[in-house]
Amino acid sequence: MKNLRLGRKVLPLYSVLALVYLLIPIVYTIVFSFNNSERSNTVWQGFTLDKWINVCNRPDICESLGNSMLIGVVSTFIATVLGTAIAIGLVRYRFRARSLVSLSLFLPMATPEVVMGAGLAALFFNMGAEQGFVTIILAHVMFCLSFVVVTVKARVQTLDPVLEEAARDLYANPTGVFWRITFPLLLPGIISAALLSFALSFDDFIITYFNSGPINTFPKVVYIAAAKGVPAEANVVASAVFLLAILIVIGSQIMGSVRAKRLLK
Amino acid sequence: MAKEFVAAGADLELRGIRKEFPGFTAIENLDLKIPAGEFFALLGPSGCGKTTTLRIVAGLEEPTSGQVLIGGVDETFVKPHERPVNTVFQSYALFPHMTILENVAFGLRRRKVDDPLSKAREALNLVELGHIGERRPQQLSGGQQQRVALARALVNRPSLLLLDEPLGALDLKLRRQMQIELKAIQMDVGLTFLHVTHDQEEAMDMADTVAVMHKGQIEQMGAPEALYERPRTSFVAKFLGQSNIFVGTVKETSANSLSIEVAGNKISVPKDRAVKQTGKIAIGVRPEKVEFHRKKPAANTSLNILGPGEIKDIRFTGVSNQYLIDIPNIGDVIVFAQNIGISPVIELGEQVWVSFKIEHAFGLADLPAGDED
Amino acid sequence: MAFAAFSSSNPKLSHGPVRSSKVVLALLLPGMLYLAMFFMVPLVSLIITSLETPAASGAYGMYDYGFDVSSYVDVTTRYLPQILRSFGYAFLATLFALIISYPLAYFVGVRLRPRPLIQKLTLTLVIAPFFISFLLRTIAWKQLLSDDSAILNFLRSIHLWGEHQYFLGTPAAVIWGLTYNFIPFMTLPLYTSLERLDLRLLEAASDLYANPAAIFRKVTLPLTMPGVISGTLLTFIPITGDYVNASRDFLGSSSTSMIGNMVEADFLQNADYPAASALSAVLMAVILILVSVYVKRTGTEDLL
Repeated sequence: MKNLRLGRKVLPLYSVLALVYLLIPIVYTIVFSFNNSERSNTVWQGFTLDKWINVCNRPDICESLGNSMLIGVVSTFIATVLGTAIAIGLVRYRFRARSLVSLSLFLPMATPEVVMGAGLAALFFNMGAEQGFVTIILAHVMFCLSFVVVTVKARVQTLDPVLEEAARDLYANPTGVFWRITFPLLLPGIISAALLSFALSFDDFIITYFNSGPINTFPKVVYIAAAKGVPAEANVVASAVFLLAILIVIGSQIMGSVRAKRLLK
Repeated sequence: MAKEFVAAGADLELRGIRKEFPGFTAIENLDLKIPAGEFFALLGPSGCGKTTTLRIVAGLEEPTSGQVLIGGVDETFVKPHERPVNTVFQSYALFPHMTILENVAFGLRRRKVDDPLSKAREALNLVELGHIGERRPQQLSGGQQQRVALARALVNRPSLLLLDEPLGALDLKLRRQMQIELKAIQMDVGLTFLHVTHDQEEAMDMADTVAVMHKGQIEQMGAPEALYERPRTSFVAKFLGQSNIFVGTVKETSANSLSIEVAGNKISVPKDRAVKQTGKIAIGVRPEKVEFHRKKPAANTSLNILGPGEIKDIRFTGVSNQYLIDIPNIGDVIVFAQNIGISPVIELGEQVWVSFKIEHAFGLADLPAGDED
Repeated sequence: MAFAAFSSSNPKLSHGPVRSSKVVLALLLPGMLYLAMFFMVPLVSLIITSLETPAASGAYGMYDYGFDVSSYVDVTTRYLPQILRSFGYAFLATLFALIISYPLAYFVGVRLRPRPLIQKLTLTLVIAPFFISFLLRTIAWKQLLSDDSAILNFLRSIHLWGEHQYFLGTPAAVIWGLTYNFIPFMTLPLYTSLERLDLRLLEAASDLYANPAAIFRKVTLPLTMPGVISGTLLTFIPITGDYVNASRDFLGSSSTSMIGNMVEADFLQNADYPAASALSAVLMAVILILVSVYVKRTGTEDLL
């Protein structure tokens, strides 16, 4: 009995410690976004909101943020559309090339970024294509696709096909079935996939670095600045994105829980 | 484009329907005719092909061969959303992201019918759920969901309503209640109902015609009483209610009846109740038609008498007692006795004779599995 | 598999997948063509580039098509230390990530089951590092564990760390960074497995006289093995190609360089495309072997 009680306390304690360990760099990054630093952000020099308010005092940070957002939105849109279609196809239909498709979707998730980055760069070079926004977006869609498929697929698997059959039985044509039944019920999964895709695109460094040419994305700017010293404005951007993402995720979880509780009353 | 459907029921005809899936054949060869306005039950055990048949009529599956005619029109390859047919699904399939009212109005909206919401409300009132239109399906009990599914289908006034074991998930009392309500609605509105179920009591209770389906074929079809009192095959005899079946070779034939001999006992059946009349045949009788006696009854040309045997088991089911009597060289005979007096009327182990009227016996077309040559 | 962590598990459906139709083609074709073009073809491009020879014209950074396998010989000998180091670091980092993540995933996936909202929120905290820039969180450790940092000074004051001993630039620092950065990739598949673990099986084992250690060894671990394996794959493989952690500007030094650093250098600085491509191809080949062993044993149905 004593053994069990000790065990019951150890695991939560360990988990708290592990969570603290996981959150340390995040807290550090956020704290140092308020650092009143000059060029390098390594020593604490006092609290200021200046960096938050005047984040564009570092135009390279600001511009790269804009680029990353644009790339993120476009890549996410394309990857989500393509990926949702694949996810529905994979779950709903039986076909012979199924193993091949699953494997082809798994491989990009398991391939190291250097390999993909170098490969894409080689491809673009051999095609004679100039590196820029388009090459970055093409690259991002590629590695986001598999993650979208996995996320949406999980949601499609919870969708009982009988609902779509009922819709057809009730005079909905194929377009009607999709937009009125399939899409609304898949929407939470599609939104999760889109958020995941955006996060992956925004934070991508290695593949982007190989294929961006003159365009600066936020991670690229940070990497280049790392040699000299990353300015606090970079911390501001990262912290803002982090807080926004966390708020969205936690917010949706709480809302989902509230809605579920209300429905069961 | 508002599609106008016939307000009264249409008849359904299935011609030579065959359905093959990779690896097995679900429906061998199905011919069926359901007249308009009838309540038709398709009865059979799981895996017999009845749900597949329903899906073919609904348009959710295409037959490998054969035709589906609804109201005389060939609808075999018409898509489900263009057929005048609606389905009440086994799991109800209510749309979780819509209110009850919107669920019921769904079909009306797709068909661009005028004033869908008030018609939806009417339908909900018909199933006595008018007050919960704004709720979501997840907030409803099983019985309520079932009624909403029914309203959602009925509101479209389909020529043909398909019901896929809709009462399966309900508890006994609720099921009985819904059976009465369904039948009342059907008779009231005059629609054609095709009800698929494995519950033979339900089928016999509600349907005008019952078809018993087994391994992709219809074994027998007719009014519930006819099927019950005169089953044609041993499957029907054992699936629909219970039967005692005796197997033997035809020994005697007279003007009106024929007899077999089983372990020294003569069992007779009227000729007009025997499908097969020569060779080795099976004769059956329903347990409630059998009586047991402590003393051997006097010989009687209108009675089949078997025995002696020993009471092996007695089951008390409230309304009746079920007795299992073991007669040597014949096997077990089941007897149902209504509980008129105070039970038990007899004890385990006692020796009895059983008798039943010859006119209650029926002769089957085949032999029970295991008794074939 | 991994990323289904946030969805509910295994409801009962009316029926499974239907036979193929034209619709499937329309749904799958655009995405699969895209992958073929931008994933498969680049891999082929890599191989082609790895077989090129220096341009006959002698121009810097220019190559002619050929079938010269000398690059492969070159990279496997010249970069052998980096190759071995990459797999070594990856092995250790994966091991540490597994040891750290499993109890955490167990806590969230099993112990927190009675409180679903808390469970989801805690899971969000566990993968929170994922939401902040990969580079910045690595830099955070770089600052926190720099030679003159508060942490090191504290450890020095209690005599757990040498006066002139440093942490950054050592293999330990790189492995530390790698472990930290890839913990979410290990935790999610573990969590998915653990969240679906049927606790009644643990109860049954206990009823049959198994103590907690035996329950873990004989029931929990085998049943969560799929999660362990897919987490291991999803962690080990990307780490082998990482170069940020090992880079001089982050947690490493020139003596901790990995395959990725060499590919970056050869590709982006030295214009030695054949070498970079050959090295990438070698890495990819090893990974394909690992993946095919995995697929052979567990099939492709659960891959995604």
